[in-house]
Amino acid sequence: MSSNRRLIDLILAPLAGLGMLLAIYMVFIYVPSDQAQGIVQRIFYFHVPLAIMTFLAFGVVAVASVMFLWQGTRFWDRLAHSAAEVGMLFCTLVLITGPIWARPVWGTWWTWDARLTTTLILWLIYAAYLMMRTVSGPGDQGARYAAILGIVGAVDIPIINRSVYWWRTIHPAVLVTREGSSGLNDPRMQATLGFCFVAFFLLFVWLVWVRNENARLRDAVEGMRQHVLTGHEA
Amino acid sequence: MLALLRKDLQIEFRTKETLASLLLLGLLTLVVLSFAFDPASELRTEAAPGALWVAVIFAGVLGLNRSFLAERENECMQGLLLCPVDRGTIYLAKTLGNFTFMMVAQLMIVPIFVFFFNLPMTLGIGGVFLALALGVLGFAAVGTLFAAVAVRTRAREVMLPLLLLPLVVPIFIAGVKVTGQLLAGKPLADVAPWLNLMVGFDVIFLVVGWLVFEYAVEE
Amino acid sequence: MENLSYLFAAYAAVWVLLFVYVVVLSRRNRALEREIDELRQLLQRHQAS
Repeated sequence: MSSNRRLIDLILAPLAGLGMLLAIYMVFIYVPSDQAQGIVQRIFYFHVPLAIMTFLAFGVVAVASVMFLWQGTRFWDRLAHSAAEVGMLFCTLVLITGPIWARPVWGTWWTWDARLTTTLILWLIYAAYLMMRTVSGPGDQGARYAAILGIVGAVDIPIINRSVYWWRTIHPAVLVTREGSSGLNDPRMQATLGFCFVAFFLLFVWLVWVRNENARLRDAVEGMRQHVLTGHEA
Repeated sequence: MLALLRKDLQIEFRTKETLASLLLLGLLTLVVLSFAFDPASELRTEAAPGALWVAVIFAGVLGLNRSFLAERENECMQGLLLCPVDRGTIYLAKTLGNFTFMMVAQLMIVPIFVFFFNLPMTLGIGGVFLALALGVLGFAAVGTLFAAVAVRTRAREVMLPLLLLPLVVPIFIAGVKVTGQLLAGKPLADVAPWLNLMVGFDVIFLVVGWLVFEYAVEE
Repeated sequence: MENLSYLFAAYAAVWVLLFVYVVVLSRRNRALEREIDELRQLLQRHQAS
């Protein structure tokens, strides 16, 4: 069993690392600068994949939560927790890179556009999810409550997105531009974006793997401690 | 389920505590928000729908906390769970109970709201009540589920708003939009998409809550 | 170029956060593995006695 794990570890880490290295090359050297926005536009190549990954992560959280409530095995809870932590990290990065990009391009740090706002709310839901686990009582309670939040949150996100979008389009305000849709005419740009997407996906998988190992080891330690204390099978 | 509902309503109307706190907190919020705006300014009328819904949410969170607090303190939850009743039904009963309290509070808050913000008493008010009913129902649906969860955690006063506020954003946005349009005299048809959104939200989360509630209360 | 500092800031943020996360996780993982080994030895001694 552990030899399989070693194998996965051995493959994932360098794969993710190599992916990111190539991504950096493509973003900084290969791709041409955007004519309108200049050099700052390159943030886009990280910002967008990060955003897609964080929503994907929450999807994983939701599915794992359903499976956990249904099956009750530790595996699903660990997976949900790991995906949530990594997703939260990526979400934070989206909310950091977004404004840094917006400021020089549009002159404002924050725009209440549908995507950024939905990501902000997703961040709040992630925060509540992770906090839920710390403040809950002993045993499985934290896991169960978090799972409920995971499911409700995932169902809600599309609704939230819809409502924020309508909120914005009925009242045209500061900015009507949609971020990131300035036509990616140059095929090199498309290639870079596509590759970054793959690179971040690999990064995501690897991070969730590492975090999941962490959870699995923690469970194992807990189990062994019980074993030592009680002197017979836990 | 009706028996459960009746039980909750009976307890409430005997003590009237939750109702009173809902009412008072709602009013207080309206008053405080009024201070945020210059009485003469235009901003006041524009901000009015927002103020109303903020009051609804604040008061609602408190009311929800209380509804499960009573049960937790008297260990009633165990008794309730021993009933040969489907968990989902318990959820629906509690949700409807919470919904009723909140709506009763709204019946009193809205006139005061109109009064404070100098709004014309148009026919739009009926529509506003409709929006409130839909919004409060959605709020109760998600709120009851998470109140059951939050009350059993360590940071219970903080957890409920933390959980609820992001999740009810669609209700809040829709409610404010509808209220604003209706008070400006627009016909109901104009706000139909928002009302549909609220109905959709209510249906979806009543179903989800009904399915998932048992996991929230199992020991 | 002024905008270059924005670009730098964005990428710096991404790298620092990712790096810190990975380092923290690896350290914890290794500590956990060590603990498992110790516990395993403890158990073996228990069983031997």
